[in-house]
Amino acid sequence: MPEPDSAPNENAPKNPGASSSSSAYWRSNLRLIGVLLFFWALVSFGFGILLAPALNAFKVGSLPMGFWWAQQGSIYVFVVLIFIYAWRMDKLDRKHGVNE
Amino acid sequence: MSTLLSGWFQRDVFAAPLFAADATRSYTFLFVTITFMIYLYIGWRSRVRETESFYVAGHGVPAIANGAATAADWMSAASFIGMAGSISFLGCDGSIYLMGWTGGYVLLALLLAPYLRKFGKYTVPDFVGERYYSETARIVAAVCAVFVSMTYVAGQMRGVGIVFARFLEVPIWQGVVLGMFIVAFFAVLGGMKGITWTQVAQYFVLIFAFLIPAVALSRVLTGNPVPQIGLTFSDITEKLNMLQVDLGFHEYTEPFANKSRLDVLCITFALMVGTAGLPHVIVRFYTTPSVRAARWSAFWALLFIAALYTTAPALAVFARYNLINTLHNAKVESIEEVVSADGATRNIYHLSHTNQAGKTEPIEWAESWQRTGLITFDDKNGNNTIQLTNQNGAFAEAKIDKDIIVLSTPEVAKLAPWVIALVATGGLAAALSTAAGLLLVISSSIAHDLYIHFIDPHASEPKRLLVGRIMICAALVVAGYFGVNPPGFVAEVVAFAFGLAAASFFPIIFLGIFDLRTNREGAICGMIAGLAFTAIYIVGNKSMQLLGTETPLMSTWCFGISPEGIGAIGCMVNFGVTLLVSRLTPPPPQHVLDLVESVRVPKGSHEPEAHFDETDAEADNP
Repeated sequence: MPEPDSAPNENAPKNPGASSSSSAYWRSNLRLIGVLLFFWALVSFGFGILLAPALNAFKVGSLPMGFWWAQQGSIYVFVVLIFIYAWRMDKLDRKHGVNE
Repeated sequence: MSTLLSGWFQRDVFAAPLFAADATRSYTFLFVTITFMIYLYIGWRSRVRETESFYVAGHGVPAIANGAATAADWMSAASFIGMAGSISFLGCDGSIYLMGWTGGYVLLALLLAPYLRKFGKYTVPDFVGERYYSETARIVAAVCAVFVSMTYVAGQMRGVGIVFARFLEVPIWQGVVLGMFIVAFFAVLGGMKGITWTQVAQYFVLIFAFLIPAVALSRVLTGNPVPQIGLTFSDITEKLNMLQVDLGFHEYTEPFANKSRLDVLCITFALMVGTAGLPHVIVRFYTTPSVRAARWSAFWALLFIAALYTTAPALAVFARYNLINTLHNAKVESIEEVVSADGATRNIYHLSHTNQAGKTEPIEWAESWQRTGLITFDDKNGNNTIQLTNQNGAFAEAKIDKDIIVLSTPEVAKLAPWVIALVATGGLAAALSTAAGLLLVISSSIAHDLYIHFIDPHASEPKRLLVGRIMICAALVVAGYFGVNPPGFVAEVVAFAFGLAAASFFPIIFLGIFDLRTNREGAICGMIAGLAFTAIYIVGNKSMQLLGTETPLMSTWCFGISPEGIGAIGCMVNFGVTLLVSRLTPPPPQHVLDLVESVRVPKGSHEPEAHFDETDAEADNP
């Protein structure tokens, strides 16, 4: 079984969670994922589907707002969410010294 | 030059349309030849000699290039040709495709891609097999990967055939064979490396081919060249809503007019999770140089995909508006019985309509598309005009295949012949790029995961490469066969592919990374439960098409969810069973826990030893 070089050699994490830096890194990662997925669900399942009939009372330009979220807005937000993730993770990688 | 030449033909009323058709064909021939030469050249330049290059392009694809390649890989003939048409017919509920097929990338970027890149092996079954220390899991995953990819690739080859048949007027089988030859050239020579760089070129071909007609149409109909802005800020959608109501349909923007709220929710979720679980998409992220590059390439991929996916709903509105405006109350000039190239006898309606200037003109595009059988008219009430009023949810006197919405739009909008040719070229690029990516997954699943792993683990480097190449060729022949003789249920099977990916791959890969306690027993039970539930529901509901029964064997007993959306429930079933069974059985061994810890940290993704000795090591040291 070829562990990619048994992970960081200097730490040799035989016991998961033993190295506090890597578990802090992982917790920050999970928190970031949680926040971003909340917005992911909000714009698609929330604005685009469940709340769409109610939002259609408002307008974006000349489109009903629920329709706009479903066919335009949600996609823009998805792109931004991935951008934020890649950007924040770059910073997080450097902070915890796990970048390459 | 075209104005000069067309001057010659002006006296002859029939020559003008003939000339236009000829010009379209010449342009199509020219564009297709040029792009095919480019693909062949890139394929030749990218030929490879090692397995690592063959399966994962040597982990050497920069983030932005991988983004473009992923976009081309992902956007198939269905996205390019079919999607805007489907949305056009579904109205607001078309958002299931728009959100489903883009939202999945958020899941992929946050939950799967970076970790799988760190793992660094060639295939999805590799990860499943190692994480769950189980050869059974590896086999199940490999078989699923082959099945999912095979259903997909047949549709791509079919798309190639249709484009050739319509625009170059050659029989479908010749188009399929030519497409097979092109794909075989760069896929067999260059493996993943050849496929990647060809896909980068194909992305730009397909996106320009999609955007140019949309921009032209947007300018004509809304006065704004940017389709997204034209859609949002002009009154075109309001006008379409009014037309729809006049004809007796729902307003275009009314939600849940065609599907229930729960169904829209489930289908969207199933498509998102299915997208994130599709092996040919996941495997693209193995090709980047680092974990960081995998994250950024997911961003680039969705950005490139969004260029098409935010334009498609605009095009859907424009096309529907244009279509209704042109065809509703069109006058039937004459009806001609014609035997077309595929041997069928068709009634070709010669139609004319009154344009804005009050002049009567023939509708030429309708005639050429009638010959393909994708649009048919039937003047049921015999009043010599075509009515598009609502009759049981469809147009009363016209049957329009959703696949021609995009392909015919430039003609309907009377754009220049070269634009029409560009669309044909773009459709081919979309179909070929996706086909190539799928073929690689099929080849790697059979050659790498099954043959090398189980039958010949000590195979030499050249032999591994040879087996991979042979498998691509074999898969291509099967795909080509299905392209020429499509099984009648292709559309049904696509729902299957997403349901399957959602109910099998996504949950166990996700839990494999995020839950240390998930073990072999849990994963296998979860996969089988999710798959069985989803498969039985789909087959039961679609038994008329799949098994040929008189009536469906099953009703939509699960809260009325349609077979397309059942993958969402299958995914939940998988999650539930996996978590439960894992906690009732022994935890995974230490070396697997170490593996999970290591994929969670980006550092160390370059270590080359991860790749080659895997099968040998396992055989020596089971």
